[in-house]
Amino acid sequence: MTKQSLTVLACVAALGAAALGANAFAAGKPAPPKGTATISLPGDAGMAYKPGAGVGAVQAACLSCHSSAYVSTQPLLTKAQWTAEVVKMKNAYGAPIADDQVPVIVDYLTTNYGKP
Amino acid sequence: MELGRGRFLAAAGAALAAGALPRAALAQTVQLPFDNGTRPLVAFPQKRPLILLTPRPPQLETPFEVFNAGVYTPNDAFYVRWHLANIPQSVDASAHRIAVSGAVNTALSLSMDDLAKMPAVEIAAVNQCSGNSRGLFTPRAIGGEWGNGAMGNALWTGVRLRDILDRAGVKAGAKQVQFDGLDTAVLPGTPDFKKSLDVDVARGDDVIVAYAMNGEPLPVLNGYPVRLIVPGWFATYWVKMLSAITVLDKTDDNFWMKTAYRIPDTPGNSVVPGATGYPTIPINRMAVRSFITNIPDGAPFKRGRNELRGIAFDGGSGIKRVELSMDGGTTWREVALERDYGKYSFRRFAGEWVVAPGTYTVAVRATANDGAVQQATPIWNPSGYLRSSIETYKVSVI
Repeated sequence: MTKQSLTVLACVAALGAAALGANAFAAGKPAPPKGTATISLPGDAGMAYKPGAGVGAVQAACLSCHSSAYVSTQPLLTKAQWTAEVVKMKNAYGAPIADDQVPVIVDYLTTNYGKP
Repeated sequence: MELGRGRFLAAAGAALAAGALPRAALAQTVQLPFDNGTRPLVAFPQKRPLILLTPRPPQLETPFEVFNAGVYTPNDAFYVRWHLANIPQSVDASAHRIAVSGAVNTALSLSMDDLAKMPAVEIAAVNQCSGNSRGLFTPRAIGGEWGNGAMGNALWTGVRLRDILDRAGVKAGAKQVQFDGLDTAVLPGTPDFKKSLDVDVARGDDVIVAYAMNGEPLPVLNGYPVRLIVPGWFATYWVKMLSAITVLDKTDDNFWMKTAYRIPDTPGNSVVPGATGYPTIPINRMAVRSFITNIPDGAPFKRGRNELRGIAFDGGSGIKRVELSMDGGTTWREVALERDYGKYSFRRFAGEWVVAPGTYTVAVRATANDGAVQQATPIWNPSGYLRSSIETYKVSVI
């Protein structure tokens, strides 16, 4: 292909871009990928819930879906706030928490990651 | 990697009492500017060390000094946020398909080769988490406790969603278009993460299915091989590892639209803490924001001539004006905007500051082309969304 015809093509592409709003592509731009991309995630990266009364219930209820950092990075929450969170996890997200375990988990969270 | 002076603490096992991280991860921590804001810097796959909010599902924040290095956020520094822990760790682009179905004339199953045959577009756009800066809310909001780094700006390459929808043929009466990705919930009772846009939004000129980010394939943690790009809108709609596009003949009532990611439908999307009973709407466009990017926390400036640099962006009208204040917002002066990469991009700015020794409260305020201007008083809502008030910085000059 001659240099001149390439220039013409580029101009056509530029006109198309103006008409379409975003920038249309000239040749040599990225194409959709073809290969397999593989990563290895670090799981919980060694993080764990603090030891304490009720930690077993918390591990059983919470660790299937998220690491302890979801709790440990929160500001210090009140018992009412932790209760609302636990109820949300149970009702909205389907966390496997028996009714009699709710206060156990709330007490653990309030004691270890909360304020009175 | 250039680290902000004074920003990083020494190895701080105390902050990680919850458990031991891998040795490398313990090398440095970052102190975000709020209580319980100590975070380790950890390198996840395809990423440089980023501020680790949670490892599973992964939530990684971009260290703020990255935003000073260029208008585009490098792929290996781009923040990461997932909702559900079942994230494919190996994705074969050649086998990947996007299923297009629902209220369409012709259901489609699109491969990467199919996308390659469609007209390609590129667009610079900011991707910002709805909860970016949540940790700065007062009183605190519960959720992912981000600093200001749950955002990034990239040059996205892909095909228009509208072209895909037209190929399938959207039926009359369609209301919304729903998007799903390859990630799934661990438990059967957890709602799958799906997001929806009104048909007119989905058919917008600039909504694309992107297969490249800054000229390269997307990192797996940013949605390889394809993700939705909704310029001007919060990132919750930018579905990663996009695998299904479903045209709905009704408004989506799935959990992630009807219950989560709602903002008060009140002036400024703000409510008084503790308020109840107000109407809500799905979060949508971003508000105008601006940041200074070259003030390392705790590091003094030298007397005399300095340059203050930064970034501004909004929900798609573009940046009209950026002003700096050296007296905490009493007086302002306009600074120069740098090259325009498009109305959805970060817009960089720079201003000269000739200063005598002392302590200053520097503030930055942006005005968008739609007239919106940043306000001094932060909004508040219980989910900690949409923070966009004027940023201020304590600066000492020696």
